[in-house]
Amino acid sequence: MSKRIVIDPVTRIEGHAKISIYVDDAGHVSDAEFHVVEFRGFEKFCEGRPFAEMPAITPRICGICPVSHLLASAKAGDAIMAVNIPPTADKLRRLMNLGQMVQSHALSFFHLSAPDFLLGWDTPQPQRNVFGIIASNKDLARAGIRLRQFGQEVIEILGGRKVHPSWAVPGGVRSPLSVEGRERIRLWLPEAYATTEAALNLWKKTMETHQREIQIFGNFPSLFMGLVAEDGTWEHHGGKLRFTDSSGSIIADQVDPQKYHEVIGESVQNSSYLKSPYYLPLGFPAGIYRVGPLARLNVCQRMGVPKADAELKTFKMMGRGAVTSSFLYHYARLIEILASLEYIERSMDDPEILGDYLRADAGINSLRGVGASEAPRGTLFHDYTVDRNGLLEKVNLIVATGQNNLAMNQTVAQIARHYINGSQQIPEPLLNRVEHGIRCYDPCLSCSTHAVGQMPMRVQLIGAGGKVLDELTRG
Amino acid sequence: MAAKTLTIDGKSITAEEGATVLQVAEEAGIKIPTLCHLEGIYDVGACRLCLVEVVGVPKLLPACATKVAEGMEINTDSERLRKYRRMTLELLFAERNHVCAVCVSNGHCELQTMAYSLGMDHVRYEYLFPKWGVDTTQRLFGMDHNRCILCTRCVRVCWHIEGAGTKNVSGRGTKSHIITDLNMPWGESVSCTQCGKCVQACPTGALFHKGSTAGEMERDRGKLEFLVTAREKHQWVVAV
Repeated sequence: MSKRIVIDPVTRIEGHAKISIYVDDAGHVSDAEFHVVEFRGFEKFCEGRPFAEMPAITPRICGICPVSHLLASAKAGDAIMAVNIPPTADKLRRLMNLGQMVQSHALSFFHLSAPDFLLGWDTPQPQRNVFGIIASNKDLARAGIRLRQFGQEVIEILGGRKVHPSWAVPGGVRSPLSVEGRERIRLWLPEAYATTEAALNLWKKTMETHQREIQIFGNFPSLFMGLVAEDGTWEHHGGKLRFTDSSGSIIADQVDPQKYHEVIGESVQNSSYLKSPYYLPLGFPAGIYRVGPLARLNVCQRMGVPKADAELKTFKMMGRGAVTSSFLYHYARLIEILASLEYIERSMDDPEILGDYLRADAGINSLRGVGASEAPRGTLFHDYTVDRNGLLEKVNLIVATGQNNLAMNQTVAQIARHYINGSQQIPEPLLNRVEHGIRCYDPCLSCSTHAVGQMPMRVQLIGAGGKVLDELTRG
Repeated sequence: MAAKTLTIDGKSITAEEGATVLQVAEEAGIKIPTLCHLEGIYDVGACRLCLVEVVGVPKLLPACATKVAEGMEINTDSERLRKYRRMTLELLFAERNHVCAVCVSNGHCELQTMAYSLGMDHVRYEYLFPKWGVDTTQRLFGMDHNRCILCTRCVRVCWHIEGAGTKNVSGRGTKSHIITDLNMPWGESVSCTQCGKCVQACPTGALFHKGSTAGEMERDRGKLEFLVTAREKHQWVVAV
């Protein structure tokens, strides 16, 4: 008899979601789906608002990556005003985005994902969280929390507050970086480097003992997309879009983000509030692509900074062409923290970073504007259409987690197939592995990190007739 | 002018005839909350936050529109007044769409400050969530009806100080709203001089400089007072 296994809610991710695993008559996993069960409605209720307000409204989508929305929104505003923002403003926005990369990646690695692979999949659920890490390795936990704090400090020094700063605006930014602020960042860098290097060493040991996870946690061919500089260097805020396939070949390059709709289509599923974008020329669902750290490292040729470039070489050797295992998102995340620190360090010596010409002024010069920026989880697009008076007529936001939606489904199915095949009983640690498949992508479903593994999770085995055959509750 | 003696919160005060309770209290250092009163322009008693108790009068009276009288005994603070003020404030919030976090006046808003000072931590009334639009047709300024509390300060400065008479009130009850000329887009107004006095007068984020982002609207009310004082005292009249 076919069954449906539901994991609801999925814990240690940002937001609320559930997983359905469909089991056929022979007990084999036939399919799996990741459903986002929260509805926000931002695209709708922003209609009618002045576009200049968007950098304040859209960051409220999320408390983890507000900076990503802030920057993409401000960039969409730049496009509507059709201005080139002052160079200092661009450099400061980049600096804030790097701070955001560091804090968000540190959160994903140390707080949300590490409990699984550092403490072990079979660790009792009540200990399998950041508090478990604190209990088993206090120094590591503290260093990880401090690394996240460093990223948050960069954001606060620039924007005046850690979460939801109203700082980037259409045309530039609102306040400069002070000399004191710069020195505070500079002083913290050695500690941030040390933590990142320790995490990289730890990760390399983890990879040795987690070969099976590398093989089955979302290891499949797909396209990858990310922003790259003109010469193929890693980008996080500027640059143009590049798509590569799993052999590492470039299939589309230097696509202007303003024309993203020529290469990205969006499909709507009945089972989830998350839209599923796909590479338009290949159609749905063949055009499945992944974004985020793994994709960015796959699409770029170099990081552009020495320490991270050395790591990128090791990383690239882990795939033939592209690195296709989603378990290696964790590795890519650490390399991006390293690169971010190097770029932050580099900007400290740039005299232009302290400039005070920060904001270009203009009216409505284009009725449509797209802002694209690399959020920690992947490329983020804000696409605004305004009327002649600057009031929004249409808002389209394409977020990283949406773009990874198809890949997350495949990952969940792949892990479930490996562990659940034919078994009648489903022990909780196995389901945790399925959940971890989702955590690899560090999905950001809304704005909360309140779930630390303590949330109740309900798993149901549902027969073809809808009858609950087995039920497992935890928490 | 004859002097009147009265007491406010037990304090004996001498005031000039014709002065309002609000003026006299202010001079005596007694703060009465208000949102529609603005120095330099006439009062209309629109917001009802300055209601006070007058001994011997059963109903509450607006301090801004009540003239002092001989022997008046006034209370500006009581359990009853706090209850009504809080209620009035909550109704103002429930009537339109006030979202402080993303508002251009966040941190510099009189309505927000009032809510903090009166200890408003939630609204007990159902929000109406009306569908009001934003008028950004004007070249320099915008008007967001969602944030308007109908204090009519903008209307009064437009008529009384600028003398343009562009701003008016249309409709009744919850449908009341500020209009420009004969209810046309602000950008098409023929009477508006684009002086911006209405923007300086607005207590909330309803009137703003176009392009303002969250928390960026700061107003300089002193400019309005300066204009009125200079005009009344003929400071601009130059002897030839």
